[in-house]
Amino acid sequence: MSAVTPRAMGQALDRLEGADKVRGLAPYAFEHPVPHPAYLSAVRSTVATGEIVGIDCSQASAQPGVLAVLTHLNAPRLGTDDGELRILQSGDVAFRGQFVGGVIAETSEIARHAAGLVRVEYRERPHDVDLESSRERGQLRVPQQTMALFPMDIDKGDVDSALASAAVQVDCTYRTAWYNHNPLEPHTTIARWTSDGLTLHVSTQHPRGVQTTVATAFRLEPDQVRVFSPHVGGAFGSKGPRHSDVILAVMAAQLVPDRPVRFALTRHEMFTQTGYRTPTIQRVRLGADTDGRLTAVSHESIEQTSRLKEFAEHATRATPTVYATPHLRTRQQLAALDLPTPVIMRAPGECPGMYALESAMDELAIACGLDPVELRLRNEPDTHPLDGLPFSSRNLSACLREGARRFGWESRDPTPRARRRDGWLVGTGMAATTYPTLRLPGSKVTIRVTPDGRHTVLMAAVDIGTGTRTALTQVAADALRVDLAQVELRLGDTAYPPAAPEGGSAGITSWGATICEGADELRRRLAADHGGTVPAEGLEVTVDMPENPHLKQYAMHAFGAQFAEVRVREETGEIRVPRQLGVYAVGRVVNPKTARSQLIGGMTMGLSMALHEASLLDPRYGHVVNHDLATYHVSSNADVGTVEAYWIEEDDPYVNPMGTKGIGEIGIVGAAAAIANAVHHATGVRIRELPITLDKLLPYA
Amino acid sequence: MRPFRYERATDPSSAVALLARSPQAAFLGGGTNLVDLMKLDVARPELLVDVRGVTSRAIEELPDGGVRIGAGVSNSDLAADPLIRRRYPVVAQAVLTGASTQLRNLATVGGNLLQRTRCVYFQDVSTACNKREPGAGCSAIEGHNRDLAILGVSPDCIATHPSDLAVALAAMDAMVRTIGPDGSRTIPLTELHRLPGSEPQHDNVLTHGELITAVDLPPLAFAGRSYYRKIRDRASYAFALVSVAAAIDLADGQVRDVRIALGGVAHKPWRATRAEDLLRGGPATEDRLRRAAEAELADAQPQADNAFKIPLARNAIVRTVLDLVEVAR
Ligand SMILES: Cc1cc2nc3c(=O)[nH]c(=O)nc-3n(C[C@H](O)[C@H](O)[C@H](O)COP(=O)(O)OP(=O)(O)OC[C@H]3O[C@@H](n4cnc5c(N)ncnc54)[C@H](O)[C@@H]3O)c2cc1C
Ligand code: SF4
Repeated sequence: MSAVTPRAMGQALDRLEGADKVRGLAPYAFEHPVPHPAYLSAVRSTVATGEIVGIDCSQASAQPGVLAVLTHLNAPRLGTDDGELRILQSGDVAFRGQFVGGVIAETSEIARHAAGLVRVEYRERPHDVDLESSRERGQLRVPQQTMALFPMDIDKGDVDSALASAAVQVDCTYRTAWYNHNPLEPHTTIARWTSDGLTLHVSTQHPRGVQTTVATAFRLEPDQVRVFSPHVGGAFGSKGPRHSDVILAVMAAQLVPDRPVRFALTRHEMFTQTGYRTPTIQRVRLGADTDGRLTAVSHESIEQTSRLKEFAEHATRATPTVYATPHLRTRQQLAALDLPTPVIMRAPGECPGMYALESAMDELAIACGLDPVELRLRNEPDTHPLDGLPFSSRNLSACLREGARRFGWESRDPTPRARRRDGWLVGTGMAATTYPTLRLPGSKVTIRVTPDGRHTVLMAAVDIGTGTRTALTQVAADALRVDLAQVELRLGDTAYPPAAPEGGSAGITSWGATICEGADELRRRLAADHGGTVPAEGLEVTVDMPENPHLKQYAMHAFGAQFAEVRVREETGEIRVPRQLGVYAVGRVVNPKTARSQLIGGMTMGLSMALHEASLLDPRYGHVVNHDLATYHVSSNADVGTVEAYWIEEDDPYVNPMGTKGIGEIGIVGAAAAIANAVHHATGVRIRELPITLDKLLPYA
Repeated sequence: MRPFRYERATDPSSAVALLARSPQAAFLGGGTNLVDLMKLDVARPELLVDVRGVTSRAIEELPDGGVRIGAGVSNSDLAADPLIRRRYPVVAQAVLTGASTQLRNLATVGGNLLQRTRCVYFQDVSTACNKREPGAGCSAIEGHNRDLAILGVSPDCIATHPSDLAVALAAMDAMVRTIGPDGSRTIPLTELHRLPGSEPQHDNVLTHGELITAVDLPPLAFAGRSYYRKIRDRASYAFALVSVAAAIDLADGQVRDVRIALGGVAHKPWRATRAEDLLRGGPATEDRLRRAAEAELADAQPQADNAFKIPLARNAIVRTVLDLVEVAR
């Protein structure tokens, strides 16, 4: 692994496709022009659990313009055993809102109207959708391992005795809400069967994943499925793993051969079909000596999954990495419920987990009479607290100090509820943040060079709106040691070599390292076979993502520090956050412009989590009742104050040839804790359940 | 969404006649509420009669010093109108706290007053709702009701009326002018909307085919100092948990007259007459305000999730009026 010299990297370039996007020239999946499209609208179950005992499509079929009606009675048998994807395989209903059919019609209006005319009769079964009551009844189970890299549960030392004998103890339970991703662009598909196979335009974080999933489900060879995904309008994890919408679209297209079928989820469907972040109930126990040095940490998380498929949000994942402690325990438990399956959402694990841990650390700081920044500095480990590996680089302390300096933390009076301005209580809070430097397997790249010095880089990676296309072009230019203008990067097409999913903040790491390997290989081949000059017919290489020899020698993580100022109106409990500030140590920043946008975007999403977002489940019906963007509140512009993101110089030669650590997720981690801690500083009231809404503060007004 | 027909009315009486002939027809203003509800299958009109061309888009001064607002005036134009901003600032403020710029550009005054409740169950045809389907049951009473009403509720419905504009107009004693199959009439705004009682399907007292043509604001000298305070779950683009429209007339420190209306607490804009009566004739002290507010809220019947609205409304009334008193000094 040879380091790449930055020339294009580090430049704050505009998005390469930005001008096309604002002019509407960058088509999203649904917009792709196709001849003579048909439209699909789904039929969804109106019971939470049960069985279909009758289905009457006659009225729907009779509508002029209806081409076909899809139900479990005429759906193809699928070749997948993924419970979430196995739709329309029987009359069984596993959650309210599950797809039970679809109507294909000449226009989307006809399809939607006719879908409402499909009469479905159910034999209902009692359902169980309540996490709290599952917990009370003791119906929890230990999840299977999700990521081999991180053990699910950890036991180090003797936590119980250490907690019992600790001079200072904190024992608190925190709750986070159910969150839905709600990217602006809904999940969309155009599916078209031809004699050669299947062509799909899909809004996805992983074209290759769609290709293999669909091939398996419909018993095709992967190369019979071609997936295009040139532009994606946001995802936040919801477009990573495949969901049943793409299956329904492909089934529908089978019924109208040679006609492309367009399918876009409605906003309601975005709350049932595309996964969500599980609510969590987290108990954190901390033991410390009177100087604030941690002697024991115990972090337990309870979450939900569906009965169809297990997904465990690894909320305790970051806990072993952040602070030094001789005794450590993490536990995860799951309730399997009659609900849709949760899925990864921006910083799965770290985001809810660090909210709880960093809230508890704030409570510990107060219990010890220590400044919260100082408490964290005192608990910095020399090596990874769990396996003793050195960190490839660790600059949490530097972020804490730099953040405190920029924020003006030094002059902070720790007394809660001691500052008033014009009827508002004012407070400040902070939290640490971290995210692992991941690399995801499964990438290849093809690089072509022609005698005019132009390089074409091909891989089935995607840009979900984050600026990946631009940043990766910068990486490629430096890896190839040419100007940006000589590089053309092509993404979003499974005709190109497969690429790992967009996720885990690992895009640049996985795809970039692969491109660097390809550039090295190209130079080797040029030198060895062509005397260093490009032959007239050009030269092409294809390589796999290289191994990283340092993986087993170093622990690789990004770190940061989050600060927030909060105002709470005394008489009403209204909350405003005039200022958020984050300082991050994320390795090399490839493109300061798009990186900053990721960081402040993450912080804003953290604000939204702290104050606004919550999907409200009605246990009687079994579905989220605030399933639109008028009632599912995300922070509005007026809620967002000054948001500042900075990073410190960090040169990490071990993570990958670019020295990058990933910046897509770390901004959300800890942001909610910083705000919750600031609310406590402002009001003296500790709210341990998100979102912090005014009714929770009003009793203390 | 079901198929429907669309017609543009040529004058108010033909609009009324079109509806009178067709029991499943509805007037269309900006469509920002009605069309949403059609997409959700909550509203199922067979015919939409577009009235934007036949309701006035003018805001005119009346001979008595009042102001007439045409029912076709957009919410944005209403909020921007200099006359309204000067004489009835509470009206402009209320409009600006509602929805978003894009929505306000489309939304009309008539449509705003007749927008339907935001109760999540009302908007979801897969759940039971008496307002949508009389007799089906109310999902909100034992469900999510944090946003819903505390005053004037019935065992059949606890919905709130969501309009901010209507709250300000209620405080100003606005009059609603209509023309319907039985001729024209003028209805005090405070009597336009009704309490749910045993017929929550009826939001208001209008008959089918009755068209709102204008809203009259009577002259009110002290309305020049009026204020709309809206408390909600985010800083913008959210409906009121509680809102207060208030105006006060002080003479020698005594309350000569006062107007208070509440939003977010009832099936209609809630004119706080009890509090007003208690306040008139005495000083506007915090203590008296508090007692007046408490008296107004004494009959509140909160649900499991919305009891917080009682102290919230009380504090909001006190603060809003105190702020006006402060300005008056
Ligand atoms: C996301 C969102 C947020 C919003 N937030 C707020 C908010 O915070 N505060 C707030 O007050 N509002 C809010 N609104 C609602 C908005 O103000 C209303 O949708 C709008 O005012 C309705 O006006 P319209 O002309 O579009 O009505 P339409 O949708 O056209 O009509 C509404 C109703 O009025 C009837 N109607 C229309 N004109 C007449 C007439 N002249 N005579 C008789 N009947 C008539 C229609 O038949 C229909 O029943 C929000 C809306 C949305 C979508
Ligand atoms: S409160 Fe009214 S609108 Fe809401 S569910 Fe009950 S009856 Fe329907």
